[in-house]
Amino acid sequence: MKFDTPATTNPIDQLKIIGHATSRIDGPLKTTGRATYAYEWHDAGSRPAYGYIVGSAIAKGRIVSIDLSRAKAAPGVISIVTAENAGKLGKGNYNTAKLLGGPEIDHYHQAVAVVVAETFEQARAAAQLVQVNYSAAKGSFDLAAGRDGAAKPPGRGDDQPDTNVGDFPSAFAAAPVQLDATYTTPDQAHAMMEPHASMAAWDGDKLTLWTSNQMIAWTTGDVAKTLGLPKENVRLISPFIGGGFGGKLFLRSDAILAALGARAANRPVKVAMQRPLMFNNTTHRPATIQRIRIGAGRDGKITAIGHESWSGNLPEGRPETAVQQTRLLYAGENRMTALRLAMLDLPEGNAMRAPGEAPGMMALEIAMDEMAERLNLDPIEFRARNDTQVDPEHTNRPFSQRQLVACMKIGAERFGWSARNAEPGKRREGRWLVGLGMAAAFRNNLLMKSGARVRLDRSGTVTVETDMTDIGTGSYTIIAQTAAEMMGLPLEKVVVRLGDSSFPVSAGSGGQFGANNSTSGVYAACVKLRETVAQKLGFNSADVAFSDGQVSSGNRSVPLGQAASDGELLAEDSIEYGDLAKTHQQSTFGAHFVELGVDVATAEIRVRRMLAVCAAGRVLNPKTARSQVIGAMTMGVGAALMEELAVDKRTGFFVNHDLAGYEVPVHADIPHQDTIFLDETDPMSSPMKAKGIGELGLCGVAAALANAIYNATGIRVRDYPITLDKLLQRMPDA
Amino acid sequence: MATVSFNVNGEVRALKLDTRTTLLDALREHLHLTGTKKGCDHGQCGACTVTVGGQRINSCLTLAVMHEGDSVTTIEGLGTPEHMHPMQAAFVKHDGFQCGYCTPGQICSAVAVLDEIKAGIPSHVTGDLNVAPELTNAELRERMSGNICRCGAYSNIAEAITEVAGRPA
Ligand code: FES
Ligand code: FES
Repeated sequence: MKFDTPATTNPIDQLKIIGHATSRIDGPLKTTGRATYAYEWHDAGSRPAYGYIVGSAIAKGRIVSIDLSRAKAAPGVISIVTAENAGKLGKGNYNTAKLLGGPEIDHYHQAVAVVVAETFEQARAAAQLVQVNYSAAKGSFDLAAGRDGAAKPPGRGDDQPDTNVGDFPSAFAAAPVQLDATYTTPDQAHAMMEPHASMAAWDGDKLTLWTSNQMIAWTTGDVAKTLGLPKENVRLISPFIGGGFGGKLFLRSDAILAALGARAANRPVKVAMQRPLMFNNTTHRPATIQRIRIGAGRDGKITAIGHESWSGNLPEGRPETAVQQTRLLYAGENRMTALRLAMLDLPEGNAMRAPGEAPGMMALEIAMDEMAERLNLDPIEFRARNDTQVDPEHTNRPFSQRQLVACMKIGAERFGWSARNAEPGKRREGRWLVGLGMAAAFRNNLLMKSGARVRLDRSGTVTVETDMTDIGTGSYTIIAQTAAEMMGLPLEKVVVRLGDSSFPVSAGSGGQFGANNSTSGVYAACVKLRETVAQKLGFNSADVAFSDGQVSSGNRSVPLGQAASDGELLAEDSIEYGDLAKTHQQSTFGAHFVELGVDVATAEIRVRRMLAVCAAGRVLNPKTARSQVIGAMTMGVGAALMEELAVDKRTGFFVNHDLAGYEVPVHADIPHQDTIFLDETDPMSSPMKAKGIGELGLCGVAAALANAIYNATGIRVRDYPITLDKLLQRMPDA
Repeated sequence: MATVSFNVNGEVRALKLDTRTTLLDALREHLHLTGTKKGCDHGQCGACTVTVGGQRINSCLTLAVMHEGDSVTTIEGLGTPEHMHPMQAAFVKHDGFQCGYCTPGQICSAVAVLDEIKAGIPSHVTGDLNVAPELTNAELRERMSGNICRCGAYSNIAEAITEVAGRPA
């Protein structure tokens, strides 16, 4: 189905099932421990052997020699795979660094071997006996040092590293009120709870991988490319994924090493990447240095806005696109953005939840707070004065929907924003300095082709099959809701099967594009199935109603299952998009509000209240949408207060590479969180009229905290995370 | 190798194990009870929480052979999809999870936390050690802090536990 004109009324608008707070259909499996994650397919492979990964002990250089003799002689060892004996390996389209290093080493903890043994304990013990002799080379590990030498990265289509509109330098120089500030965001880790894990089994030259992956089609292709197999010979199965956040968008070494190990051992092999390896072996969100310049008139109108960002990556890696939101979020006639990329020999930088906007908003929304203060304006009023209903770089291009101002105003009222004292450091409650902060939320809505297959059986049950994944986002449930709404069934009559490369290719999970696109693909398949059913039952398909398990037209009504009485009916289709995203800018908007206390003596920060107001198209399931947003808010608290991969700049690795050293928020850090979704439908986005929400919830949160800390203490910290040491010396007198 | 036998979810299980096998791997790899999750294998995340003799522990931090004769309860022992434990049902109702990987550990911990408070065991945030701790939001969050949820379901988890404890959220 081609979606190239704005959606009109369709069966989804009945909202019998869509739009209702619905408990997850996979909830009973997950809460009772019956959902099967990648490492848990006991019935699938016969007696799998265990693989244990050996990671490089240097960040850059070469392997001179590997001595496997002691490891091979260890009890239970079946085989050991290294680059030397793995055969020729390609590199996946979505990988920057090789997944099995040697002889060249590209980054610390790059896999250099997998030891396969009868038991996990034997594999782990033998892995310690692998003797690798390295010759280390000098590498670059310091983004700040690499900043001056950073280059302009190549552009990709509409995405160019430099943008210029009007005359930024002159307008900025002439502006009566100016801000020129530099902010930094650190390297961050996805740190999803389920480690990267895979089980591989070969049948001749056909490979089955039970794995944990967000993008089944990308990864199937990359497995094939890496191993030199035809794509048809690779089957991926990933129905449950223990978190991804972008870290499982791509093929990673657990899957390739399981496949190579299984080939060498001649039996199924499973590999779970050990937690301490994950932070350096896999991808991370790259650190940024961001310079923001804003010029405004005394009326509070922005006349010039400029945003430059520096990040680093391995050769062939991409920059962190932290300036993205600045191209669209606020008005201003004169504008510029620039991305620069330094070559670093740290592990591969890549997408983490809301790549670009998450770190970009961390900086921009502090800058907006600073600018509001210079203008003596309330931060909400300043943002509202610079609202734009058109793409500010292309003013003939309207936003499809843009309720930023409404989000801020409704949030302000709900949160009690008027109680905020504009003068910082003035509200004291016992040992706490109390502050309020806010930030805008912004993230683009992306359209991706997405397919699905639907089957109707004679019992009137509809089964949906698509390679879409559920990484905690609620895909199972919203897909079931979509099919139920379309086919006029209760939720219990829909079965959803996901995450299998033998199913039609979907948008997958990433970039907050999963929900809108995958359900639209299911919508398209259901439209086809409705036609098939109507035809089969001898209805004129134009005026047939599907509801309560019945198909009716005029005064004739037939049970849906009857259409399949002489055999299952099957329909398959995809949603494909026309030009609507070109003619209209599609984005999602919101506002974040935070109240926190800072201990006057210790500078300990405690978050007290949080609210997010979101305008992101139709909310398909308010229950799972709320979860997406509160989860993102929680990740935003981590970004603001604690998350930082500490770089050892001499030897080139992330030092705090486990869950004890890389701190993420725990229960004690997170108060009750409130969310509000504005009533919105976006007919430009899809027949579902929905947009993404899972990343919107993250964009701006950290800045709202930073602004609240400033409001509490009068201390402006521009380098994340805002840890106590950055406040202590500057705390106001107790 | 050594033999060990313990009771898991009401059933006596005898195993012959490499002495280095953790209780977690005994459950997952040998008994195929994979509801108990391995998030870190280092006592840093809580995904492997089970109860042994009614007390919650990180099963990755203890060797299986140390549990001769013990009674272990895992998430599978609390309830089934058809007959969920009240805590499991409350997690579903309040959407106290997303990816579900930390969830068995959260639920086992939550059940044990309520017992600990009932038994009068104080925590770091208990103000007065001479008074029985109450089930406040602060107590609950403090006691649950060994169970990381990267999906960030904490606010909903707190509501689920509070409902089971019988105190309005
Ligand atoms: S797996 Fe035991 S605490 Fe993480
Ligand atoms: S539900 Fe995913 S980590 Fe808690």
